[in-house]
Amino acid sequence: MTRALPWIGLAALAVAPLIGIGNYPLHMLIQVLLWGFVYTGWSIMGRLGMVSFGHGAFLGIGAYVVVMGWNHYGLTPWIGLPLALTLTAVVAFLIGYPCFRFKIVGHYFALVTLALSEVARLLIVAMRDQTGGSLGVTPKTALTESTYSLVALQFSNKLVWFYIVLAVWLAGLWVWKKVDRSMGRLALEAISQEEDAAASIGINVTRLKLGVTLISALMTCVGGVLYAQYQAYVNPDTVSGIGISLQMVFGVIAGGMYVRLGPTVGAAFTLLLAEGLRLMFGNSLHALDSTIYGLMLVLFIIYMPKGILGGTMEALQRRKSAPAGNAQGV
Amino acid sequence: MSAAAATAGGDVMLRLDDVSAGYAGFQALFNVSLEVRPGESVAVIGPNGAGKTTLLRTISKLIGVTSGDILMEGRSLKDVPAHEVIALGIAQVPEGRRLFARLTVEENLKMGAFLPAARPRHAERLRFVYSLFPRLQERQSQIAGTLSGGEQQMCAIGRALMSGPKLLLLDEPSAGLAPVIVQSIFELVKRICAEGYTVLIVEQNIRQVLKVADRAYLLETGRIKSSGASAELLASDEIRKAYLGI
Amino acid sequence: MQIFDVFLLESVLNGLLLGGLLALLSLGLNLVFGVIDVIWICYAELIMIGMYAIYYFYVVFGWPLPLAMAAGVALVAAAGVVLHQFVIRPVLSAEPINQLLVTGGVLFFLQAAATLAFGIEFKNIGVSFPPIVVGEISFSMPRLIAFGVALAGMLAMYLFLTRTYMGTAIRAISQDRAIMPLMGVNPDRIFIITSALGGGLAGLASCLLVLQYDIHPAIGLSFGPITFLICVLGGLGNMVGGFIAAFIFAQFISVGGFFLAVEWGYVIAFLFFIAVMFWRPQGIWGGK
Repeated sequence: MTRALPWIGLAALAVAPLIGIGNYPLHMLIQVLLWGFVYTGWSIMGRLGMVSFGHGAFLGIGAYVVVMGWNHYGLTPWIGLPLALTLTAVVAFLIGYPCFRFKIVGHYFALVTLALSEVARLLIVAMRDQTGGSLGVTPKTALTESTYSLVALQFSNKLVWFYIVLAVWLAGLWVWKKVDRSMGRLALEAISQEEDAAASIGINVTRLKLGVTLISALMTCVGGVLYAQYQAYVNPDTVSGIGISLQMVFGVIAGGMYVRLGPTVGAAFTLLLAEGLRLMFGNSLHALDSTIYGLMLVLFIIYMPKGILGGTMEALQRRKSAPAGNAQGV
Repeated sequence: MSAAAATAGGDVMLRLDDVSAGYAGFQALFNVSLEVRPGESVAVIGPNGAGKTTLLRTISKLIGVTSGDILMEGRSLKDVPAHEVIALGIAQVPEGRRLFARLTVEENLKMGAFLPAARPRHAERLRFVYSLFPRLQERQSQIAGTLSGGEQQMCAIGRALMSGPKLLLLDEPSAGLAPVIVQSIFELVKRICAEGYTVLIVEQNIRQVLKVADRAYLLETGRIKSSGASAELLASDEIRKAYLGI
Repeated sequence: MQIFDVFLLESVLNGLLLGGLLALLSLGLNLVFGVIDVIWICYAELIMIGMYAIYYFYVVFGWPLPLAMAAGVALVAAAGVVLHQFVIRPVLSAEPINQLLVTGGVLFFLQAAATLAFGIEFKNIGVSFPPIVVGEISFSMPRLIAFGVALAGMLAMYLFLTRTYMGTAIRAISQDRAIMPLMGVNPDRIFIITSALGGGLAGLASCLLVLQYDIHPAIGLSFGPITFLICVLGGLGNMVGGFIAAFIFAQFISVGGFFLAVEWGYVIAFLFFIAVMFWRPQGIWGGK
C-alpha cells in the first residue's frame, strides 16, 4: 500500500489543475515544482559533500543566455538552451577541475564558488547595455497575437507551464535517483568521507566529482531557462549572486539534503512561508518574511540539521525499528 | 574535609582515592589509589595501554573521574575544571611534548606563565629555566617546531616549570627520543627533583626511570598491581621477568 | 601623456588607501577563522549593523561623533560575542558546512531585520570633508583617515597578539586546542575574547565606512564577498597573507576601474582571484 502512495500522489498532482484550483495556487504550485527541481539539482552535489555557493552563476547563465539570445538576435530559446548548457558546462568544468584536482573542499570550495556567483552577477551588471543591468530585462513578448508561441517558448496559459514544469521536475527526481543508484554512488560517498582511500582502490575521484558537478550545473541551468521564460522577467539579483545561491542551499537544508523529495519540500516550505507572511502582513512589512526565514534557518541548522523531511523520516525510521532494509530512500 | 583526611593530608601532597575514570563507553582506570609526598619523585610504570597517560590526564582533569576522588594538598579536585588545576600547583608535561609548533621557544615558555599568579615572577622563572636548559636560551627566538626532539622535550618541561608548580607531572618524557638524549633527559629530571620539585613520572623505560624515582607504582590494564621503593622493584622477580626480560 | 600618468598614479594611490581598508576588514575575519575555525559569512552584515548604530547614535540621538563611534565599536563587539555564544557554539562540533550555513542564515536575518527596522532608503551621517589636493592628485579625506586608522588598528592588533599573554594564547589555541587547559587557559573564554575582537574590528570598519558611504541594508553584499576572497587569496587564517592580498586586490579594483568602468574593476579582481585559485588553491600564502 505504501508503495502505491507516491503514484497516487503523483496522479492527484497531475490532475489537480484540471479540476480547477485557481490561477494563484497554480502559480504557487509551478514555483514549488520549478524551484524544487533547481534545489534537487543542487542537492546532487551537496549530499556528496560538495557544497557550492555558486549555483547562482549557472541559474543566471541559463536565464540570461536565452533572454539575450531572443531579445538581441531573435534566437529561439530552443537554440538558446543548448548554448546556455554548453556555457554552463564549460564554466562548471573550469571551476570544478582545478578544485577537485587540488582537493579544494569545505570552506575554500564554498568561497571559490561564492566568488563565481558574484562574478556572474557583476558581469551581468557590468554589461548593462546588453543585459539591462540591475534593472533586469524582459524577454520580448511573442504573445501579442496568440496565447502561445512554441518558437519563443512563451505560453500565457499557466496550465501548459504546469505540465512542462511537472515533467521537468519528475525528470530531475529521476536523475537524482540514477545518480544515487549508480555504481558511482558508493564510490562518491566513499570519496566524500575518505578521498585518499577511495583513490587508492582505483576510483578516479576527479572524474566522478566533475561528472556530478556537471549534472548539477546543467540542471540548474535548465531551471534558469524555465524560470526566465515563465516569469518573463529576470534581474541579476534573483538569478545570480550570493543571495540566490545561499537561498538554494538553505532551501535544500530546510527540506532535507539526503532524501530525494527533501529539496522539493524545502522549496515548498520556503515559498509558502514567504507567501504566507506576505499575505499576513502585506507588502508594508515585506522584509518580515525574510527576517523570520533567516531566523528559522539559523534555528534549523542548530536543531534540525537533517531538515524537515530528513528529520521526520529519521524519527519515523527509529520508531518503526525496521528489520531488513526497507529504507529505500524516497 | 574529614578529620582523617586532615591529618593524613599534612603528609601527602597528591592522593588518588580509589579513582576510576575513562572515556565515553570505555573505562581505563579501575580503583586506582596512590599518593605522592612533598619532595618525592614517584614513577608509574607499566606496559603500553596500561592507562598511564589516562592517569595523568585524569589528574589534570582533562578526563572526568567516574568514581573516587583526587586530592591535592587535602583539597578535592572533584569540582575543579581542567583550566583551574594549574592554579592548585599541578603542571603537566604532556605526552609527545605538545609544544605550540609555530610559536618560538620564548613564546612557548610564556604560555607556561599564563597563570595570573605566575606572571609577576615570569622573568625570574625564565632565568631559572634557562639555567637548567642553556640550549633553550640559545634558541629562544627559534620556532619550536624546528627544534630537535630532545630540545623540544626540554622546552616542554621548561614550559611546565614556568608556572612555579608544586607538583610536576611528566608523561613519558623519553618517548620517541634517541637513547643518548633519553639519558640527558633523565639527568635533567634528576636535577629537577634535586631542586626540590615533587615529581610524578609516567614511563615505559623502566630501567631509566627507576634510577631517578624514589618509589614506583606498577600499573597494568588500569589497575595498580604493586608498588614499592625503586630499588625493591628493580630487584623484584615480577618486574625483572615481565619487563626487563630477565 | 603627462595628465594620463597622473590620473593613473592617483588611481594607484587610491588603490593603496582602499587596500588599507580592505586589509582591516580581512583582519577580523582571518582572526576568527584562525582561532575558532569558523568563517563569519555575516561579517559584512555586522559592519552594516554597526554603521546603522553609529547613524542612530550620532544623527538621531545627537551624541558627539567620537562617542557614537566608540559606542558603535562596542555594540558590534558585543554582537560578535552574542553570535559566537548563541549561533556558533552549538554547531562548533558539527560539519563545517553547517557552520557556513548558520552564519549565512544570520546574514539573511540581519539584512532582512535591517530592512524591516530601517527601511530601504539610503542613509548618510552627513559628515563631509573637503578633498585633500596634492599637486594634481586629489584624495578624499575619509579615505585617508580610514587608511590611517586601519594601519593603526592592525599595528595594535599585532602588538596585542605578540606582546600580551592573552594574545599569545589566542595564537596558540589554533595550534593545539586540547592542551590549553594545562596552562590555565579556558578555551571557551579565548573564543569569546576572539569573537569580541573580531566584532570590534568590524565595528572599527563601520566607523571608517560610515564616513565614506551611504548606509543601506544590502551594502554588506558590496564588500562581504570581496573580504572573503581576500582572505582566501592570502590563505585563510593567515593575517599577514590577508594583509598583502588586500592591497593586491585593491590595486586590481582601482586600476582596473580606471581603465574600464567601475564594475569591470571588480570583475577583473574576481577573475584574478579565480585564476589564482587555479594555480594555488590554498591561497598564495596558505599553508596546510
